[in-house]
Amino acid sequence: MILNKLEYRIKNTEYRIMKLDNSKQFLEGSHAVAEIIKLIKPAVVAAYPITPQTHIVEDLAKMKASGEGGFEYINTESEFAAASLLLGASATGVRTYTATCSQGLLLMTEVLFNIAGMRLPVVITCANRAVSAPINIWNDQQDAVTIRDAGWLMLYGETNQEIIDLHLLAYKLAETLRLPVMVNMDGFVLTHTYEPVLMPGQEQINKFLPPYKPAIGTYLDVKNPVTLGSLATPDSYMEIRKQLAQDIYLSSDLIKKYHTDFKKVFGRSIGDNGLVEEYKTKDAEVILVAMGSVCGTIKDAIDEMRERKQKVGLLKIISFRPFADEEVIKHLAKAKYIAVVDKSISLGSEGVLATEIKRAAYNQTKAKIQSFIVGLGGRDVTKEMIEQIIFDIKKDKTNKMHFISCTD
Amino acid sequence: MQKYKNPNQHLIAPGHTACPGCGQLMSARLVLDACGSKTIIANATGCLEVTTTKYPTSSWKVPWVHSLFENPSAVASGILAALKQKGLDKEITVLAQGGDGSTFDIGFGLISGMWERKENILYVCYNTEVYSNTGYQASGATPLDANTTTTPPDKKSMGNAFIRKNMGEIAIAHGCVYVAQTTCGYPADIINKVKKALTFTGPKYLEILTTCIPGWGVENEMAVQMGKLAHKTGIYPVFEYYDDEYHVMKIPGEPLKVDEYLKLHKRFKHLFGNERGKEAIKQIQNIADKNIEKYNLK
Ligand SMILES: Cc1ncc(C[n+]2csc(CCOP(=O)(O)OP(=O)(O)O)c2C)c(N)n1
Repeated sequence: MILNKLEYRIKNTEYRIMKLDNSKQFLEGSHAVAEIIKLIKPAVVAAYPITPQTHIVEDLAKMKASGEGGFEYINTESEFAAASLLLGASATGVRTYTATCSQGLLLMTEVLFNIAGMRLPVVITCANRAVSAPINIWNDQQDAVTIRDAGWLMLYGETNQEIIDLHLLAYKLAETLRLPVMVNMDGFVLTHTYEPVLMPGQEQINKFLPPYKPAIGTYLDVKNPVTLGSLATPDSYMEIRKQLAQDIYLSSDLIKKYHTDFKKVFGRSIGDNGLVEEYKTKDAEVILVAMGSVCGTIKDAIDEMRERKQKVGLLKIISFRPFADEEVIKHLAKAKYIAVVDKSISLGSEGVLATEIKRAAYNQTKAKIQSFIVGLGGRDVTKEMIEQIIFDIKKDKTNKMHFISCTD
Repeated sequence: MQKYKNPNQHLIAPGHTACPGCGQLMSARLVLDACGSKTIIANATGCLEVTTTKYPTSSWKVPWVHSLFENPSAVASGILAALKQKGLDKEITVLAQGGDGSTFDIGFGLISGMWERKENILYVCYNTEVYSNTGYQASGATPLDANTTTTPPDKKSMGNAFIRKNMGEIAIAHGCVYVAQTTCGYPADIINKVKKALTFTGPKYLEILTTCIPGWGVENEMAVQMGKLAHKTGIYPVFEYYDDEYHVMKIPGEPLKVDEYLKLHKRFKHLFGNERGKEAIKQIQNIADKNIEKYNLK
């Protein structure tokens, strides 16, 4: 029998909260996000659907409908409105949330810059997806990297456990720094995949992330009137932007600090320190650099290559903004080859992360650094492709960007 | 009538940088005074924002936020949602405001969304019939044949080729609980309409025709006069709509002919002293006559 999409989802929901053992649950990535958001207790959730983000906002809608979620849940008429609505709510001093990706994220762009410039601690999940044209609903990471200059902290998770944990870190950072944070999870690869995860308890969460209480005089309040979003002339604009730039840059240290707190409360870590995770880099001749779920495939490929005595390692970037130069270089400096694996491309240039690594590595290493583009528009990335990259970077005498597994 | 307030008692403090005689600033001050100090404002980009909030100064004595040109409606929705969670939504007025460019054009979709959600927000449009802040380009509220910097009249142009959108009717079609139009020619009416609007719970739309001194090409002291003439010619109907009924401000006496109004603006100067212009004025008279009939203004 062929089920229609809706029937299929309803039939499947019973498996969605299947318990594995006493502590771990077997959850779909999107459902895990909705669960952690419920526990984080935003006051206002705005929603607008776009594949593959939909399950997140649908699950939140169900929680609202059942009374499990106490937040205001508002269906908007566009992502632009959703982001604007959160801006207004955040400016009124409450915790906020939405999720989007791809066309939706790009539609939000003007508001995203605005939220950061106004120093509002909005948190969103981006279910990373390719960008049109051609229209394509599958995963790559073009959407978020395209707005990397907007002033948001941008965190990338490899597994659904990391995605859960990054949301906690995101709110903690956002509310202390008064800066917006975007948690990036690969569309479908994470959003629609069931994995065993540990869902933290409410008490633990409250310990790490107490209820949000912004300082008086920083939000819209009739008892303490403030003007937010005023006009800055050439006399003041540059200083305000400089401060924003510095605060974001220095937030690396705060990520490390809160990561230590996180470990104490939850007993696990997010990569090495919330910024990066090194995997078998110590003696590596070739180091791959990547972000997101593809790191899982890369780790498997590395394990197999290591069995064949190939000295290969991975540096996983968790925090793309701020970009923690020192942390990154520390692990890369001794390698002979650095292969940067991007699921996005700055058209007319090369992989976005590749450029970033080259900048950070300037004068810090003699390694060959090369850009490899994989998995655009949802093309599978396999262990064989990772091996191909290792082969290519050694053999290729040029420094040119390679498209992996893509016919001419 | 109450005597003049001390300027420092208004909720918009003196010292803004708008043009002398600006109809919008005057109207905005009346609107806010009528709303009272327990008001939170979401403001669009435009003259009102630019002239009142040069960092680090502000004219606003109530909490006020500006985000972008097109989104004060959605920002206001967010404010209201936050107030609901704080249990303050019943005691605080949420006011969203913007110019006609923001309202009729670029922010239109978001306003429709706000109205659809039936949120208890008062939206005020200060209609200068032109993008004032960027130098008087045409908007969806620009009247037929007006000379704007993007609709210059010349051999092949009579000025703006389109009849303006009717936002008031669009608001009514959305099921707003209170819809009204007035002009900066009637300060007491502005206050009354705001107060009346605030007796309703739900989406409310108030549009105020506000003279733009340089954009219309009139003298500094003419804002109020122009507001009155727009009404008395039938060019701009002044009405309220609530409980399924229109309540109209009748034109006192016989409606004036539209050229009484048009001839005072530099933006309509090209309509005078030539045959083409005569035809155009006839068409504008026709629009005014239709308004008079439709809204029963006589
Ligand atoms: C997305 C976007 N497009 C264009 C502008 C430029 N802009 C700023 S104010 C303005 C005109 C405002 O006109 P209106 O809404 O009628 O308000 P007014 O200045 O007349 O009061 C324009 C076009 C902008 N700020 N944002």
